[in-house]
Amino acid sequence: MTEITGLVQNKFSDHLVFTTVDNVVNWARKSSLWPMTFGLACCAIEMMAAGGTRYDWNRFGMIPRGTPRQSDLMIVAGTVTLKMATRLKRLYEQMPEPKYVISMGSCANNGGPYWRYGYHVLKGVDEVVPVDVYVPGCPPRPEALLYGVMKLQEKIQEDRVLRRKGETLGSLAGASMAPEAAR
Amino acid sequence: MESAGIHDRLKARFGEGVTAFEAGALQPFAVVTSDAIGELAAFCKADPDLALDNLMCLSAVDYPKAEPPRIEVVYHLWSYRHLHGFVLKVFLPREDPRVPTVEGVWGVANWHEREAYDLLGVVFEGHSDLRRILLPDDWTGHPLRKDWVDPEFYNGMHVKPTAQMAERAMAGEQLGVGPFDVTPPNRHVPTDQ
Repeated sequence: MTEITGLVQNKFSDHLVFTTVDNVVNWARKSSLWPMTFGLACCAIEMMAAGGTRYDWNRFGMIPRGTPRQSDLMIVAGTVTLKMATRLKRLYEQMPEPKYVISMGSCANNGGPYWRYGYHVLKGVDEVVPVDVYVPGCPPRPEALLYGVMKLQEKIQEDRVLRRKGETLGSLAGASMAPEAAR
Repeated sequence: MESAGIHDRLKARFGEGVTAFEAGALQPFAVVTSDAIGELAAFCKADPDLALDNLMCLSAVDYPKAEPPRIEVVYHLWSYRHLHGFVLKVFLPREDPRVPTVEGVWGVANWHEREAYDLLGVVFEGHSDLRRILLPDDWTGHPLRKDWVDPEFYNGMHVKPTAQMAERAMAGEQLGVGPFDVTPPNRHVPTDQ
């Protein structure tokens, strides 16, 4: 048998931990956010940098997935064109609940430089999907994205798991393409 | 071959088909009638002294204030054999821009002509697959025309931002929220020093 030499291994006898279900479930959810790789423009480069060794979002338990079916989190990184917006909404709908959206960068937040003269750019990804965290910047540095992820973790920790969906689950209340509902 | 020589050769072959030549431009160009462009393009590629085998770019430009208002289709050609280039332009009436396709000469023209059709509404007659290439298939209009006006909505999504959206977009600015104006909660700031 190999000896286990960790800091806390085999130091204590068996214990019980008392906590709430909300706490445990939220802790599990926020510690294993699997983002869907939704890189659309230059923000995607910063997102990749956040996933690389220097910033390393693996320490948040984040593993990028290539499919919406296995994802909890959609990081919309880049310019969303009107043509892409319909696809983006469909991919969001394919993600299993609970699901979260981070809008990364000025383009995804509100159209950015295409605000006034971009005939082809969606004026903010919140027109089609509900957004939990907006990360400003053009593009945001990886620190900013990671801070956005931490903000999302704070938000997830406040979720109520076993109670009826209500105000506290605002982000999960469902998306609508209708402009009056989106506003 | 110099561009003047290329022009002389085309002029000798097509006569009235070549209507003008601008030698002083950064990239000298000849203006060609839309009737002649199909045959002329094939000649540019096939003639051994020209051998303009590469269509580097096919684009279209809108000139609504010209007299008469026109749309120009611009062909940037390059010869890998002789390492010379030439530019052809075709002037088309703005209300009904139609020009024969050069897809049969340079295959790359297929997508370029689709783009010119998509964004400026130039119809390339004889094109094998003249569909939109960048914009969604259910889009109406050609947005790179100078008289383009944004629609209010596309499929329920705002194309033109409203005043309400502008106010909302600036709300974060007014609140002063953002990653850099507060200390992130995980950053340890020693207080005893």
